[in-house]
Amino acid sequence: MEENKYIGKSTVRIDGKAKVSGAAEFIDDLDFGPDLLYAAIVESKFAHAIINKIDTSEAENIPGVVKIVTGKDFPFRFGLYMHDRFIFAQDRVRFVGEQIGAVIARDAATALKAAKLVRVDYTELPAILNVEQALAKDANLIHPELRHYKHVPWFFPKSDTNIAHLRKVRKGDVEKAFKESDFIFEDTYTVPRYAHCAIEVHGAVGLYDNSDRLTVWTASQSPYTQRNLFAEALAPLGLSHKDIRVITPFIGGGFGGKAGVSMEILGAALATAVKGRPVKVLWSRAQEFYNTYQRQGLTARIKVGLKKDGTIIAMDNILNWDAGAYVEYGANVVNAAGLSASGPYNIPNVSIDSVCVYTNLPPGGPYRGFGYSEFLFGLESHLNEIAKKMKIDPIQLRRKNAIREGDILNYGGKMNANGLIEAIDKVEKEIEWGKKETSSDPNKAIGKGIALFWKAPAMPPNASSSAFLKFNEDGSINILISGMEIGQGLLTVMAQIAAEVLTVPPEKIRVETPDTDRNPYEWQTVGSHVTWGCGRAVESAAIDAREQIFDIVERALGKDRKSLYLENESVKSKTDNNFSLKLCDFIIAGIQKPDGSYRGGPILGRGMFMPEFTSALSDPETSQGGHPNVHYTVGASAVKIEVDKQTGKVKIPKVVLAVDVGKALNPDLINGQITGGLLQGIATVLYEDMRFNNKGKLINPNFTDYKIPTSMDIPDEIVPIIIEVPQPDGPSGARGVGEHTMIPCAPMIANAVDDALGIRIKSMPITAEKIALSVKHS
Amino acid sequence: MRQEIKFKLSGEAIALEVNPNEVLLEVLRDRLGAKSPKCGCDKGDCGTCTVMINGKTVRSCLVLAIEVDGQEVVTLEGLMDSGLTPLQKSFIEHNSFQCGFCAPGMILSATELLAKNQKPNKHEIQEALSGNLCRCTGYTPIIDAIEAITK
Repeated sequence: MEENKYIGKSTVRIDGKAKVSGAAEFIDDLDFGPDLLYAAIVESKFAHAIINKIDTSEAENIPGVVKIVTGKDFPFRFGLYMHDRFIFAQDRVRFVGEQIGAVIARDAATALKAAKLVRVDYTELPAILNVEQALAKDANLIHPELRHYKHVPWFFPKSDTNIAHLRKVRKGDVEKAFKESDFIFEDTYTVPRYAHCAIEVHGAVGLYDNSDRLTVWTASQSPYTQRNLFAEALAPLGLSHKDIRVITPFIGGGFGGKAGVSMEILGAALATAVKGRPVKVLWSRAQEFYNTYQRQGLTARIKVGLKKDGTIIAMDNILNWDAGAYVEYGANVVNAAGLSASGPYNIPNVSIDSVCVYTNLPPGGPYRGFGYSEFLFGLESHLNEIAKKMKIDPIQLRRKNAIREGDILNYGGKMNANGLIEAIDKVEKEIEWGKKETSSDPNKAIGKGIALFWKAPAMPPNASSSAFLKFNEDGSINILISGMEIGQGLLTVMAQIAAEVLTVPPEKIRVETPDTDRNPYEWQTVGSHVTWGCGRAVESAAIDAREQIFDIVERALGKDRKSLYLENESVKSKTDNNFSLKLCDFIIAGIQKPDGSYRGGPILGRGMFMPEFTSALSDPETSQGGHPNVHYTVGASAVKIEVDKQTGKVKIPKVVLAVDVGKALNPDLINGQITGGLLQGIATVLYEDMRFNNKGKLINPNFTDYKIPTSMDIPDEIVPIIIEVPQPDGPSGARGVGEHTMIPCAPMIANAVDDALGIRIKSMPITAEKIALSVKHS
Repeated sequence: MRQEIKFKLSGEAIALEVNPNEVLLEVLRDRLGAKSPKCGCDKGDCGTCTVMINGKTVRSCLVLAIEVDGQEVVTLEGLMDSGLTPLQKSFIEHNSFQCGFCAPGMILSATELLAKNQKPNKHEIQEALSGNLCRCTGYTPIIDAIEAITK
C-alpha cells in the first residue's frame, strides 16, 4: 500500500490559532448592532399544569418592552422524530421551566424584569416524576393526544398510555434458551439523568428581515436539521427552505446537547414577531441545565442465561427510560439503545424491550453515547457479577462471548470487521490484569475493573453528507461542508482527507463552520458519524476536483489522462518525467493554447455520501428485517482505582482505553477524544447527578452544586490504544470514535470498586458517600 | 449614578462612564469589544471570563467595573503584542484545545502561573488551572503543553 503523506499524521488543528488567539467567534461574540433586541422567557412553575389564563398587561407597561408573545401566537407542532412539542406551551405545561411565553425588549435586564411580571393562572395536575408512576395502571396521561402525533415510521407509540415508543427486539427463542441454560442471573441497575455541561450555553439570534428572509444564528451541531425544522414549524407563516438561512459559528462544546432543535426554535419564532430587527435568546447556566436536552434516566432489568462453560445463550432486558416531557429526539435514543442493548456479544437468543416513557421532567435527548453509556452500566456490571458467581475470570467471560465479524446482530444483519479481541488483549496486558495490588496505606484498597463497549451511529437511513471544494488562484483550497466543528477536530481531518487526494498540504486548506446558504447539506453532526460520512463526501469532492484537473490537462496539452498523477501540488506524468505543471498555474486561469485561447476554468469539486445500504423498516414485534445501523465501533477499557475505605473517595492511578477506529486519520485528535471522553465518563459515575425535588424542580442547576471535573480530578495516567481494523466504506478505512471513549467508564469503575472492596453498587453515580455507606453496612 | 472610571485595557488608556452595578465582563465585551473573556456561568464557577488585573487573574463576572478604576486590565488580546506567546504556540502544537471556548481563560491562568513560577511541576500546573473548567479535553493535553515549554 502506498504511504500516506497526510492521512494518519498528527497534524496540528487548522483551527488551533483561531482558538488560542481568541479570534474564534461563538454565538454571543457576534455583533448585531444597536438594533438588537433581547428576549426573556416566561417559564412554567409547575411540572404539570393546565394554563387557564396568561395576563401580560403589567409586563407590557414596562418601558423598553417591545413585544410579548405566548403560545397562541405560535400554535405549531414540531419535533425531530415525533411532533410532540410546541414552540411555546399551549394549554398545558409538562415540566418546570417550560417556555410559556417570551418578552422581547430593548435590553436583557428589561426583558427579564418584565417576564417576571407576566401572570400565569394554572390549575396544577398531579406530576409524574418517575417511570414507575408513569407506567402505573390508571396513570394520568402526560400526552392525551399521543395517538395523533406525527412520527417516523420506526416508532411505535402506545396510545392512551405514557409510552411514547416501544422498541421490541426478538431474536432466536429466548424462552427455550433460558430453559436450556445452566445458570440464570437477573438484576436491576439504575442510571439517573445527566447534563452535558458544555461550557458555552445555548444561544440563538433570529432576524426576519423586511424582504421576508429569516436568518438564524445558532450555537448548533445541526444547522440543516434546524433549517428543516424551522421551515416545518413556521410553514404556516409562508416561509420556505430557501428563505431560511442558518449560520453556525464555532460552538463551545456540544456533546449532543446542541443537536436537533431545542431552544433555537425560539430565535426563529421570535424573529417573526419583531420583523426587521434581530432578536437574541441566550440561555442562563440554569436554563442550560433545565431547558435543553438532558441525558435520560434508565432502569434496566437484565437477565442472562449461560451454559456451564460461560457461553451466554440467552438475554432478556427490559429498559425503562425516563424520557421526560417531550421525546421528539429522545425516543430515538431509546430506539437505538434497544437495538444494541445486548452489548458487543454474540448471543443467539435475545429479547429486549426498550421503553420510552413520558414523565414530567425536562425533555430527554441525545448525549454523547446516545443510550449506550446507560445500558452498558447495567450490562457490564452484571457480567462481572456473573463471572464472580460462576468463578470465571471476567475478561475470559467477555472474550468467550465477544462478538466477531460475521456474527448475527440483534436485527439480523452481520457484524462488521472489528478489533474487539485485540482491544481486550491489549487492555488486559496494559492494566496488568491478574496482578493483585495492595496499598501501603491500610485504609486504602486497590481494585481493577474492565468494561467492553460498542456503539453504532443512530441515523435515519437516508442521513447524508455533501461537500464543495474550491481551488483558489494560489493553489490553496476552501472546503465547504456543513459537518460541524464541535471540538473533535472535524475541520482538520476534512482538510487532511482532501490533502491526501490533491497533494495540497492541510495548512493550505481552509474549512469553516456552516452557513446553509453557502455550504452544502449535512444531516447533523451527531452519532460519531461525520468523520466517516462527511469524510466520504470530502474525499469524493477531492476526487471530483482531481478528475477535472486531469481533464483540463488532457484537453489543453494532449496528455493521456491515464498517465497523469498529482504530486507536491503539481500534475505529473508517469510516461513523461519532464512534465510537471503546478496546480496554481491553471486551476483558476486555465491552460493557454498556442493560439492564445484557454482551456479549463475554476476547479470546483462536488462530493456526496449517503449509506444506501441502510433501512429502518423492520418487523415492529421483533426488529428483524431492516438494516438500521451502518457499523459498530468497538473497544475495551480498564481502570485501576485506589479507594479510601473510610471516606469512599476514589483516586484513579491508571486508565487504559483501546478503541478500533478503523484508521486513525489523526492519532493526536483521537487521543484527545480518549482523554476527554474518559474524564467526562468518569465524572458521571463518581459525582455528577441531577437532583429534582418532589415537585419536579431541578435543584442543582449550576456548577456549584452539579460538579464537573476540574484539572485536579484527572487520572494520574491515561494510556490510549488505537486499533485499526479498516472500515471498508470509511474514508481511508476510518470509522467514528467521538462518543465511544465515554461509554465504558461507569461500569469499569463499578467493577473496580467491587474488585477493591467486594461491594456491588447498582445505581449511578457511585459517589464517595455511597461507597463509604456501603462499606459501613457491609 | 454613573461614574467615570479610568483604567488601562491591555495597554490602552480607557475612560468611560459606568453604572455602579455594571460588571467588568459586560463592560469589556459589550462596551469595549474585548470578546475573548466569555460568560459561561455568571457566578464565578467556570473561569471562562478570566482576565488579569495588575497581573493577577480574576473572574470578570464577579468584578464590578468601578473596581478597576486606576488598575491595569489585560485580556487574552493583550498578550499578543508581538504575536503568539510561546505558551500559545505550545497549545497549538499539542492540539490542547477542542472547542476552544475555555481557551482564553485557561491561557491567562497558565500565563499567570508561568510569570510566578517558571518551572512548575504537574501538580502546580493542575492547581493553577483548577478554576478554569474545560469539558472537552480532560485537561491532559493542556497540562502537557505547559509542561513542554517549562522543561
